[in-house]
Amino acid sequence: MPEQLAFTIEVFLNGLMAGVLYALVALGFVLIYKASGIFNYAQGVMALFAALTLVGIMEGQVPFAHLINAILGTDVHHFGWHVPAFLAIGLTMVVMIVLAYLVQRFVFRYLVGQEPIILFMATIGLAYFMEGVGDLMWGSEIKTLDVGLPQGINIAIDETTYGWFGYGFFIDNLDIVAAIIAILLVTGLVLFAQYTKQGRAMRAVADDHQAALSVGVSLNFIWILVWSLAGFVALVAGIMWGAKSGVQFSLSLIALKALPVLMLGGFTSIPGAIVGGLIIGVGEKLFEFLIGAPFLGGATENWFAYMLALIFLVFRPQGLFGEKIIERV
Amino acid sequence: MRVTDMTTEYTTADGRRIGGTVMEMKNITLRFGGVEAIKNISFDIREGEIRAIIGPNGAGKSSMLNVISGFYVPQDGEVWYKGAPRPPMKPFEVAQQGIARTFQNIALFEGMSVLDNVMTGRLTHMKTGLFAQSIWKGKAEQEETENREVAERIIDFLEIQAIRKTPVARLPYGLKKRVELARALAAEPTILLLDEPMAGMNVEEKEDMSRFILDVNDEFGTTIALIEHDMGVVMDLSDRVVVMDYGKKIGDGTPDEVRNNQDVIDAYLGVSHD
Repeated sequence: MPEQLAFTIEVFLNGLMAGVLYALVALGFVLIYKASGIFNYAQGVMALFAALTLVGIMEGQVPFAHLINAILGTDVHHFGWHVPAFLAIGLTMVVMIVLAYLVQRFVFRYLVGQEPIILFMATIGLAYFMEGVGDLMWGSEIKTLDVGLPQGINIAIDETTYGWFGYGFFIDNLDIVAAIIAILLVTGLVLFAQYTKQGRAMRAVADDHQAALSVGVSLNFIWILVWSLAGFVALVAGIMWGAKSGVQFSLSLIALKALPVLMLGGFTSIPGAIVGGLIIGVGEKLFEFLIGAPFLGGATENWFAYMLALIFLVFRPQGLFGEKIIERV
Repeated sequence: MRVTDMTTEYTTADGRRIGGTVMEMKNITLRFGGVEAIKNISFDIREGEIRAIIGPNGAGKSSMLNVISGFYVPQDGEVWYKGAPRPPMKPFEVAQQGIARTFQNIALFEGMSVLDNVMTGRLTHMKTGLFAQSIWKGKAEQEETENREVAERIIDFLEIQAIRKTPVARLPYGLKKRVELARALAAEPTILLLDEPMAGMNVEEKEDMSRFILDVNDEFGTTIALIEHDMGVVMDLSDRVVVMDYGKKIGDGTPDEVRNNQDVIDAYLGVSHD
């Protein structure tokens, strides 16, 4: 087998793995958008906030340490304990649920029935507010996140592919774990939505608010539920991304990559978010490898996704899986 | 003050038992800005009866139904339900209290199948918590089966078995109306509110719908309050009729009484208001 083809397959696989992470962030967007019509710009910041909180809890950091020290003149930074990863993840999830409640209680409850653009503006405000709170609570230095996920090159794949092609693929164990967790997460979400009372109520709210009210569904409860679920998805994405490249504030920028993913997959489709994420992941890696690096001087990964999204906007504005836009004239 | 007047319980000519008052509207006034949609209206709904609210377009019928189902909160007056005044409530809380409704313009979950739509009607009867539902064991599973049985029984009753798995969006208008009725009925409501159940239907569909409304009332003893502006249909269906015009109540009684009421005749024939 020619070496070029083997490289291409490796790039393809790595693209899939990167796409999983895009898909995870996009999934959070879809959950909230479907149920409430809110395009949650803060989804990326939620992932950042979740990762920061997780690291903070694990390392026994004192929240708001700077603030406390400045006001009280003390010098506290750490509680001096370490919390095991699984417990810290549970506690972080509790924080995300409280956050979901607060967001619904103090922001969106007052904006019910407002124009989408106003809801969107509110989420932009929320994003910067949460970024600020995250900074104030946990500090802004880059942190490493190690919840014990396997990392580094997968030897088995490396050796197997070497046997086949005479060239060993470099696949990171973390990416494989991320892919498996993403699959479990999506399967779980789909089962939850299809077969549980709350899932059914969630789909009802996503479909028709008035009808949902008439069968006894509290919109408020469902919105808190979807924000919690989006918080959970953000936590998973935050863990993956944080383990891969450290917990830093640029993490919130991955939210922007989810935008082209959503334009591809459609804003209302869970499978769309997954497929869209994978296409963008694979597309940008392959484009960079085959065209970008040799002909365009590289760094195409920064804009490829947006260009693809633009093409989609022109030819299929509802995305691959989105609801058809039908206008009566 | 009459709360539940059991002394006047009676049996209709066709053998249905009409019980005491289950709901009473007391001096309801509803305003939108300066416009009074409902002006100081009182009437009651009795257990087991078919109660109609009729009136020309813009009379305030739908507003009244929205007051009963909690979608509108009246500025004045009280809604008494099962012998006690009802505090201001959200529509979903009203639904949880056993008041189910349909909508004039059909509010179904278009993306779901007929069966799923009817199953949403069972949501108020599902009591297991989020956690039990998520891990899907024991009680939650049993509950799902029981609710499924009720849903299937209602689907059979309304003769929509053939389209159980069809996405609602693909159904014709008349069938959608029937699915909406099925969903409301699945809640096994104390009071079933129907907002223009026959609107936009052809004669045959109207006859079907009338038959189903009568059968539901007869078979399950469901109390039904319905709005309609097709007077002919209403007179055949209902036990008692409230007539509204320009937000006021102009008549209340049996179909015969109402038919011979001069104010009602004027309202329908369009005598000028002065």
